[in-house]
Amino acid sequence: MSTALIDNTYKDPAVRPTLVLGGQDFTSITEKVCGIVEAPKPPRIWYICLAVAAGLTGVLFAMVGYLIVTGVGVWGLNIPVGWAFDITNFVFWVGIGHAGTLISAILFLFRQKWRTSINRSAEAMTIFAVVCAGLFPAIHVGRVWLLYWVFPVPNQMSLWPNFRSPLLWDVFAVSTYMTVSLMFWFMGMIPDIATLRDRATTRVRRIVYGLLSLGWRGSNRQWHRYERAYLMLAALATPLVLSVHSVVSFDFAVSQVPGWHTTIFPPYFVAGAIFSGMAMVVTLLVPARQLFGLKEFITLHHLNNMNKLVLATGSMVGFAYGIEFFISWYSGNPFERFAFMNRALGPYWWAYWIMVICNVFVPQVFWSKKARTNLWIMTIVCILVNVGMWFERFVIIVTSLSRDYLPSSWGYFKPTWVDILTMAGSFGLFLTLFLLFLRYLPMIAMAEIKSVMPQAGLEHGAHAGHGQYWGEIPHQHEHQFDELNGVKR
Amino acid sequence: MRQGEPADQPVFPKWINQIRPLVGGALLLAPVYAIMLVWYGGSPKTTDIGYAPKQPVPYSHALHAGELGIDCRYCHSTVEIAARSAIPPTQTCMNCHKSIRATSTKLLPVRESYATGMPVPWVRVHDLPDFVYFNHSAHVTRGIGCVSCHGRVDKMDVITQVQPLSMGWCLDCHRRPEKNLRPVEYVTKMDWVPQEDQLTLGRRLKSSYNIKPSTDCSTCHR
Repeated sequence: MSTALIDNTYKDPAVRPTLVLGGQDFTSITEKVCGIVEAPKPPRIWYICLAVAAGLTGVLFAMVGYLIVTGVGVWGLNIPVGWAFDITNFVFWVGIGHAGTLISAILFLFRQKWRTSINRSAEAMTIFAVVCAGLFPAIHVGRVWLLYWVFPVPNQMSLWPNFRSPLLWDVFAVSTYMTVSLMFWFMGMIPDIATLRDRATTRVRRIVYGLLSLGWRGSNRQWHRYERAYLMLAALATPLVLSVHSVVSFDFAVSQVPGWHTTIFPPYFVAGAIFSGMAMVVTLLVPARQLFGLKEFITLHHLNNMNKLVLATGSMVGFAYGIEFFISWYSGNPFERFAFMNRALGPYWWAYWIMVICNVFVPQVFWSKKARTNLWIMTIVCILVNVGMWFERFVIIVTSLSRDYLPSSWGYFKPTWVDILTMAGSFGLFLTLFLLFLRYLPMIAMAEIKSVMPQAGLEHGAHAGHGQYWGEIPHQHEHQFDELNGVKR
Repeated sequence: MRQGEPADQPVFPKWINQIRPLVGGALLLAPVYAIMLVWYGGSPKTTDIGYAPKQPVPYSHALHAGELGIDCRYCHSTVEIAARSAIPPTQTCMNCHKSIRATSTKLLPVRESYATGMPVPWVRVHDLPDFVYFNHSAHVTRGIGCVSCHGRVDKMDVITQVQPLSMGWCLDCHRRPEKNLRPVEYVTKMDWVPQEDQLTLGRRLKSSYNIKPSTDCSTCHR
């Protein structure tokens, strides 16, 4: 392959960029993607990463066990700062998940073909992020064995959760999100799992993938139903992109704490969530594509597009930071003004400025195409964005709580070693799940990616028997791609 | 398809088809079963009703309260004036048993207790959690009969729990006390039945006794 082919970021508005490079055809895509799962051994670096991630997961379980046995006093939070690392981590992880839903649902409905290479792994990332997110509210309640009280279960106490509380809405929002994301991810994978099943050489694989593929045979009728269902799930998941983090923001906005009680929170949280999620997708996919040799699928064009989204959402977040200050001044409310001045200049100034630098200033380098297409720069920027977005939640939660109305009730939160190791452990759990996904499930949507290749013949518009929309069953018109494949008839 | 492998080799053996409806049915029914198991199996109606531990002395309420007609308050003397309804001290037993069946072997632990001053280790049957505050006098002096919570004690050879004593059960009566109200003079009368419609009577008593049961958390969880 030539270097010219690698750079597909050049945009002639009249020509759609090639989404799969390297002269791949349908067979070679299947071989490549299935090859990752079927290889007798993954690359050595995979084992190293997994060992580190699994070790951190062990730390997480140890910390959670210690917390449950001892009580929430092992964390550094105390009145007035009753929420700190726990809810910071929760909001951070829920936010990370949003990129997956955006890519899988909204970009699907908008017919953004470039999503096909990255949607599977982004959706997987969503699920794993929500798993990490769900952990924190669950353990922060103190008596975890009573956690089922968050659900409206008929019980001997005749007690219901408070339906007027956004904390309950949060339970519904996040559990709905998890369910729909999981269905979307799994359903989208069925045809690819069936491919793995058909190619399986061992009995165990054949049975496991056989069970997971739910009897998929690839018949016309199955494809038809599958695509309708996929479209409907995309439509169901789309409002979730906006609703979940809006509801998460209600946890704060509906309260009366200065610094929390702001109407800008829902859109601002959603933009921040997509921002951090996109950054996490880039952070994960850059190493993954290098590691498993997927540069021809997850091309610079894809990364370029994601970096543009990072820039756009990052600027929205920056705008929201500015507006927050404007409104606090404009409100004329001294407590509100104090809350924001205290954020930027008070005892947590360092956290505030880490947040502003990482979230607002750093992503501005993405105005330059060079930065958007340089793997090192984009990785560093995206990691910094993740740091910044973690600090955003920390700043919102902790600085607002640390200053109560009366100076006698002021406090300063300091994390304990348990706080820090629990947070680090959640990254371990997330990465462990992601690494296992890379190795055991098709990380690229084979069936879908084939439909965005020239060989699928869908670029030529609708014709007898074949619809126009790109989610159509991949099919071949052999004469069309002879040239591409270098075949001479 | 890998080389050398037949294209139509089935993933699962044929007999799987026969158990497929079974698996599908089981998967559908499993959640129903789990919900029912927790709902009914974990309910105090299942776990607590019928609790009848063996007591150190085979004391029969059926004999004392039923056949002999001793009033509840003879032994449980503090029920009208205190939060706790007292378990009688051994001296109360010995008021009679000094002369009646004074040599019975069944009463050996009672005589022993009387001699040593150590109480008889009765096993508590109606035991609310420690975080619940319940006041007997508040209920008994406002027209809630013993029988409403403890059942027909005058027919029990062995004291048995007949009500769930769960929070929902408490709240049920706090929300609609008229279902259980009776004239105060009949609170210890086990076989009392209303002479008119219970709800009519209950509503009248509710207003004349000025009963406004609270359902705030702090009513019971102080």
